[in-house]
Amino acid sequence: MYVYDEFDWALLEQRVAEFRDQVRRRLAGELTEDEFKLLRLLNGVYLQLHAYMLRIGIPYGTLSSEQMRALAHVARNYDRGYGHFTTRQNIQFHWIKLEELPDAMGYLAQHRLHGIQTSGNSIRNVTTDQWAGVTPEEIEDPRIWAELIRQHTTLHPEFSFLPRKFKIAITAAAHDRAAVKIHDVSLRLYRNDAGEAGFEVGVGGGLGRIPYLAQTIKPFLPKRDLLSYIEAILRVYNQYGRRDNIHKARIKILVHQIGVEKFAEEVEAEWQTIRTGPLALEPSVIAEIATRFRYPDYEALDDNPDALTSARLTDRAFATWFNACVNRHKQKGYAIVTLSLKPEGGTPGDATAEQMDAIADLADRYSFGEIRVGHEQNLVLPHVRQRDLVELWRALDAIGVALPNINLVSDIIACPGLDYCSLANARSIPVAQELTRRFRDLDVARNLGRLHINISGCINACGHHHVGHIGILGVEKNGEEFYQVTIGGRADEKAELGTLIGPAVPYGDVANVVEDIAAAYLELRDRPEELFIDTVKRLGVEPFRERVYATRQAG
Amino acid sequence: MTSPLEQKLKVKGPVVVTANRLRDGIVIYRTGNGGWTTDLGAAAIVTTTPAAQELLKVAVADDVGAVQAYVAPVELTADRRVLPGNLRERIRVAGPTIALPAAADECSALPVGA
Repeated sequence: MYVYDEFDWALLEQRVAEFRDQVRRRLAGELTEDEFKLLRLLNGVYLQLHAYMLRIGIPYGTLSSEQMRALAHVARNYDRGYGHFTTRQNIQFHWIKLEELPDAMGYLAQHRLHGIQTSGNSIRNVTTDQWAGVTPEEIEDPRIWAELIRQHTTLHPEFSFLPRKFKIAITAAAHDRAAVKIHDVSLRLYRNDAGEAGFEVGVGGGLGRIPYLAQTIKPFLPKRDLLSYIEAILRVYNQYGRRDNIHKARIKILVHQIGVEKFAEEVEAEWQTIRTGPLALEPSVIAEIATRFRYPDYEALDDNPDALTSARLTDRAFATWFNACVNRHKQKGYAIVTLSLKPEGGTPGDATAEQMDAIADLADRYSFGEIRVGHEQNLVLPHVRQRDLVELWRALDAIGVALPNINLVSDIIACPGLDYCSLANARSIPVAQELTRRFRDLDVARNLGRLHINISGCINACGHHHVGHIGILGVEKNGEEFYQVTIGGRADEKAELGTLIGPAVPYGDVANVVEDIAAAYLELRDRPEELFIDTVKRLGVEPFRERVYATRQAG
Repeated sequence: MTSPLEQKLKVKGPVVVTANRLRDGIVIYRTGNGGWTTDLGAAAIVTTTPAAQELLKVAVADDVGAVQAYVAPVELTADRRVLPGNLRERIRVAGPTIALPAAADECSALPVGA
């Protein structure tokens, strides 16, 4: 866990006091809404359909048990008893009252939580692999770098009023769990042929109205140059990014319009003026940040203790959960455990205050008090002794977060959609819920294999529909909800944007369409091991299009 | 964001002015006596563009009482009940169409396909 210093604490304390005064002045009529809106957005406060919404940043998706309890406290005392974990590793509360917000923020600040830069045209929460620091696949913990960027960019005056919001993601593993290529800046930490660690830097990724994947502009950036290079990217964006049209203001549009080579040249020229300046990261600076990440005092244990092996052989339900939700840890004798926030008929990413408290308790007992949030809207206990897995599984099952559906068809990403969001055109959550009911049979789901369904309620794409293996986008046609379906998208190291299979279908037909696509896949795959995404890659969308529209009128 | 006053209004049927209450964000409607109500049935209903523009103008002027006022369609039933005129407004009146995790009884129970 990252440990705050006195600057971090002072910053939060001042921000809460400032916001308390701003709210007081707004309620007293001393600030207009136009004046106040900018201020509330600097603190993650939106106005949604029914109420204010407070978005709390969870830096690189890492939470302590104490912080999880603080979130439960806010859910219980300032909201309606639950929170919604998002695709940006954050949490949102959807029923906050403006007059109570300063108290809620004050409470959160005592636990190192806040909404600074979770909205507005700023550098948002730097996201990363939810298994950072514990997966044997990574070359080093990417959160050190995420934290460096967080510190450098928090309240940075030059980057507080960018043309548009700005998202950075980092992965340090070959398998990308952080969906880095759909971010404004993508960072892949790897070792080059000389064995030196550095970053592959991409720019211009992003979904929304005009989706693009990030394009590499620096194949290998030495670690010491990370901040100066990002600063150069931001300066070029700040100078040339469009501010006259919100739909064309993201860096992806700039990169596309001037061309990635020209953009890279501009960045290079800017970078050369600053790379040897104060932003060059001396090893001592990196070491200083690294020392503030506390790692658990692991016990010396062996893998596969007898109790675990026995349970896997004798308890089918446990073995099923183990296969779906438990992954290898870099430390022998430990495991990474994913908690499903995708129950049948539930809202993807929602957790009640009671679940949050219970998960905090379980984190204390089994995971050194640490919890992670993944962009797929599930939670992770990152440091579980393998010998405790059976006991933990029973405890997780008792609070409804042990459904063994991770990476299966019912592990759906969905934005809040029209049930909450003032930007949405159509609902997302009930579509996801219906799909979880249709695919409730886990044997059917396992037979389908890895299959990611992503649902967005509008073109802003908070549900990452472009990169779902099956993507579903809600649109409005003559006052009715319709849904466009894409297939073939993926967000990992082989990221691709999905292809539309045909005309939009009405709300009541979406689950049928997905069932048809699933049935087509089962007939078309050349062997059981060929994943859905690989079948689509091999055959293209046409056979799926034919299957879906054979019995439906194009309309 | 476009100011509500710049909203291109073309009123073709009954409409109300709706907003969110400043202090807690809940959905409110402009009344005929210059106030606000949480009851859609008590909202002022107008049917022409000039009348809607006037109702919106005074609503927006109340910057402390309400936030993000705009004109929304309604339907009038034969028995004089006032219903929201589209799905978005139905959800604003009745709440999310899904059971809330911690309070299942707050589901607005809109039929599937609504």
